[in-house]
Amino acid sequence: MDKGKKQLIWGLVFGIVFGFLLQRGGVTQYDVIVGQLLLEDFTVLKIMLTAVVVGAIGLHLFQRQGWVQLSPKAGSWGQNAIGGLIFGLGFAVLGYCPGTIAGAIGNGHLDATVGGLIGIILGSGLLAAAYPRLSAGVLKWGDFGDLTLPKLVKTNEWAVIVPLCALIVALLAALEVAGL
Amino acid sequence: MAWLTATRWSPYVVGVGIGLLSWLTWLISSKPLGCSTTFARTAGMIEKAVRGEQVAQKPYYQKVKPVIDWQWMLVVGMVIGAFVSALISGDFALRWVPSRWAAAFGSGVGLRLVVALVGGVLLGFGARWAGGCTSGHGISGTMQLAVSSWISAICFFIGGIIAAYVLYGLIA
Repeated sequence: MDKGKKQLIWGLVFGIVFGFLLQRGGVTQYDVIVGQLLLEDFTVLKIMLTAVVVGAIGLHLFQRQGWVQLSPKAGSWGQNAIGGLIFGLGFAVLGYCPGTIAGAIGNGHLDATVGGLIGIILGSGLLAAAYPRLSAGVLKWGDFGDLTLPKLVKTNEWAVIVPLCALIVALLAALEVAGL
Repeated sequence: MAWLTATRWSPYVVGVGIGLLSWLTWLISSKPLGCSTTFARTAGMIEKAVRGEQVAQKPYYQKVKPVIDWQWMLVVGMVIGAFVSALISGDFALRWVPSRWAAAFGSGVGLRLVVALVGGVLLGFGARWAGGCTSGHGISGTMQLAVSSWISAICFFIGGIIAAYVLYGLIA
């Protein structure tokens, strides 16, 4: 089998694991996502931040070993802050995100399948249509390229990862103590 | 084997699982976990089927080619994985309206579908504007310590919290 086809199968396998984990975590449920955005149920944040701690430590060790070549995305304030806020509105109104909607479809949620999925594809197509105008303008506002936090504060990556992970663990512990 | 049929796993177990999964996607496929590009590729494929080959010439589809790639397969896998998980734990059911929505806005299917459609449009538009979603920026980008991803992830939640409070605090 050629390498490209093999990678497609790996993609499918990793997706099955990812979808399984999201469903068991409860984040393929509208109620859990909206509960997070109403700051009542912190499941979404707990899952994301735990994954970030494990991932950040592993990936940067692998990069040191030369096993992986990370590719932090370039961006700008116009792209990430404005796009992020629009995404946030959709996140609350739909109650799923692009990943959890795939899981929600598998879970049997028909509002995700019939309403949300069509909407996401439509919205993506609209952005593709608007892209030539946006890319010359707002997407360039406050461009910072492929900046990373260690480059921003001019330090070694571990001088960011260690305090960041400590902060995340402290935050998660505080949530547990607060009974959230 | 009670864990296999448990409806919910601890969010920390799931988080560690996703973190370890991201190690494997990088080591085996040199790719981050991400989802939203797939919907843009799908939009391009549908547009191409309806309007013909010239759609591929659009600047956006030159950048994000309307083809089936690794991430597209990942998203298909996610539907299957969630289905299998829900089936094993007995959590699978066909439902039109989420219970929290029904408690606040009634159990009408039409209203929920229209609002879900509008939310989906904003989500797809915003994800491609920002260049990523809760997976690509929120998990994979933040763990790479990308400034673009931290700004995006924080704004996802700022926008989401505001909209959720407007929906459930003011409108409902």
